[in-house]
Amino acid sequence: MNTPQSIVDELLAWFPRVDLSHFLVVSAILFALGLYAIATRRNAILVLMGVELVLNAANINLVAFARYGGMNMDGQVAAIFVIILAAAEAAIALAIVLNIYQRFQTINVDEISALKE
Amino acid sequence: MQLTDIVFYALALMTICSACVVVFSRNVVYAAFALLFTFSGVAGLYVLLFADFLAVTQILIYVGGILVLILFGVMLTSKVVSVDMKTGTIQAIPALILAAVVGGTLAGIFYATWKGTAAPALGPETTTPGLGTQLMTSYILPFEIASVILVVALVGAAMTARRSRRKANG
Repeated sequence: MNTPQSIVDELLAWFPRVDLSHFLVVSAILFALGLYAIATRRNAILVLMGVELVLNAANINLVAFARYGGMNMDGQVAAIFVIILAAAEAAIALAIVLNIYQRFQTINVDEISALKE
Repeated sequence: MQLTDIVFYALALMTICSACVVVFSRNVVYAAFALLFTFSGVAGLYVLLFADFLAVTQILIYVGGILVLILFGVMLTSKVVSVDMKTGTIQAIPALILAAVVGGTLAGIFYATWKGTAAPALGPETTTPGLGTQLMTSYILPFEIASVILVVALVGAAMTARRSRRKANG
């Protein structure tokens, strides 16, 4: 009975079937990682990457509920608006970061504490 | 255990591992490139959730737009020549506790509340016409506001990133 196929089947049986909670847990982990990046990173661009991770986590939630929660299109439309705002936010934030770098020669968020020189 | 489940576990593993690289890597360039795999993994999750248009949008905007923008930011604000691309972390322990508590709470609530919610039977259908109809009917006002926001944001970003005239002359 111990054919390779049966061993593989036995191994795969350890993983439960994917349902809504799996997607939500992935998004929760992404959210926590993004939160950690925002809280600890000193480089402003890495803080931005943390923000992108958080936005992606929220988007996974929206799309997952659009699929499983029965609200067919509304969740995906909300996710599209999140992506639009993320694009605008990235453009603005990177422009600000470039300006800060030209002015202070650093993008370390700890050292940028003055509104003007 | 079906093929979609295997694909889901692979995509989730890829997304979370590359997100860990983004968060814990000390090299900014490594973090930026790991973000590529995170975004691609999220796009794959969208495909598994039958959101085909969103998956393509994710690839186009995040991978093609935002990631390139971030890479430009990395290259323009790091001293490439002197290999000053390393970066440190501050308050790692409190932040780790905070992130673990928040993430654990969220994941626990999600798992306890939505465990075993099976997907409704939905045939393979494309979402693009439905999304277009929604955007042009129910969501017409947010759609227009989003277009205005994009114009304002891009013009503002171009103005902000430009060197000031005074500084360029001086």
